[in-house]
Amino acid sequence: MPERTAHHLAQVNIALPRAPVDSTELADFMALLDPINLLADHSPGFVWRLQTESGNATEIRPFDDDRLMVNLSVWASLEALRNFVYSTRHLDVMRRRREWFHRLAEAYLTLWWLPAGTLPTIDEAKDRLAHLQRHGPGPDAFTFRDPFPPPGASRRAGAARPLLAG
Amino acid sequence: MGPMDPVEPDQDLVAIGLLREPVRRALYGYVASRDGEVGRNEAAEAVGVQRGLAAFHLDKLVDAGLLDASFRRLGERRGPGAGRPAKLYRRAAREVAASLPPRAYQTAAHLLAEAVEQAGAEPALYDSARRGGEAAARQAAGAGPPAVERLLAARGYEPYPDGQALRLRNCPFATVAHEFPVVACGMNLAFVEGLLAGLGADGVSASMDPAPGRCCVAIHGLAEASKNNND
Repeated sequence: MPERTAHHLAQVNIALPRAPVDSTELADFMALLDPINLLADHSPGFVWRLQTESGNATEIRPFDDDRLMVNLSVWASLEALRNFVYSTRHLDVMRRRREWFHRLAEAYLTLWWLPAGTLPTIDEAKDRLAHLQRHGPGPDAFTFRDPFPPPGASRRAGAARPLLAG
Repeated sequence: MGPMDPVEPDQDLVAIGLLREPVRRALYGYVASRDGEVGRNEAAEAVGVQRGLAAFHLDKLVDAGLLDASFRRLGERRGPGAGRPAKLYRRAAREVAASLPPRAYQTAAHLLAEAVEQAGAEPALYDSARRGGEAAARQAAGAGPPAVERLLAARGYEPYPDGQALRLRNCPFATVAHEFPVVACGMNLAFVEGLLAGLGADGVSASMDPAPGRCCVAIHGLAEASKNNND
């Protein structure tokens, strides 16, 4: 029986498109946006994602460089997000990202824990990303490859499943 | 133990050595080939041995870490008098590997994958993987669509039909793929595309179609192409 979690996982990533969103270069990506967002919405553990009335977040440009796009979402667990990102059709979008987006020199994706039932603001997301870029992964901002447990996680969390099924 | 930890050669060598025994090897092979859990009776019948003997060997395989065991109530009854839960076996999730002399290719793969990612060298990797797949296919026996499933099986992908598609149960790059999914899965897709091209399997294509518990690649057009081949 899964433990009731007091925390959800927030995720932010930034992206720098090679061309404007209405260009032919970005056409394939823009065509994939709605189906992939729909897939996210229906994925196990999905809680929320940032969007405007367009149904996506591509119009939101929160940085000084207004070409930079942002993606912000909340999930019930790290595994739920990992599953969506890497074990669904979303993986192919990741594989093809260079067709549409520049490579960024610094960290472009950050994860962090927030109290279940709360939502992150864009400003908080920017702070968490800056924290990761400055300090590397830690309890306040981390990555898939260097994850940290939620605050106050019991020692039993992550323990191996016992041999005898309940 | 993680992929970067030093290898414990003796433990895994002993485990692999246990498969010398033909009945044990057959039981392991049967359980490993099933997708999911297998009971003692089913395994015994499949291999053609007595239940007691099968249980003896299956439990030895569990002790060695080649199989995982769990208990599950198969029927509806609960509480006292409901009978013991059945012991079920499945292929162990943990990889068992041994090389003589000792080798650390997983460590190398992780370091190389990280470097590719840092350098943004995925396109070069995918080109290399495609060429590698073509070369591997040219060395394999057979050609065209009929050779596809056999070659994928020979390379450890464990293909199985799923509707019109052919899917792959095993990821040969599992631990690297877990840490570097885009690098490893992109490489894998390119490699499989290369295999298909090298076999000259016209009308057969590969696409990225992952789901938990299976390889990220799916093969399409095989049934149709095989039919055309036979006409």
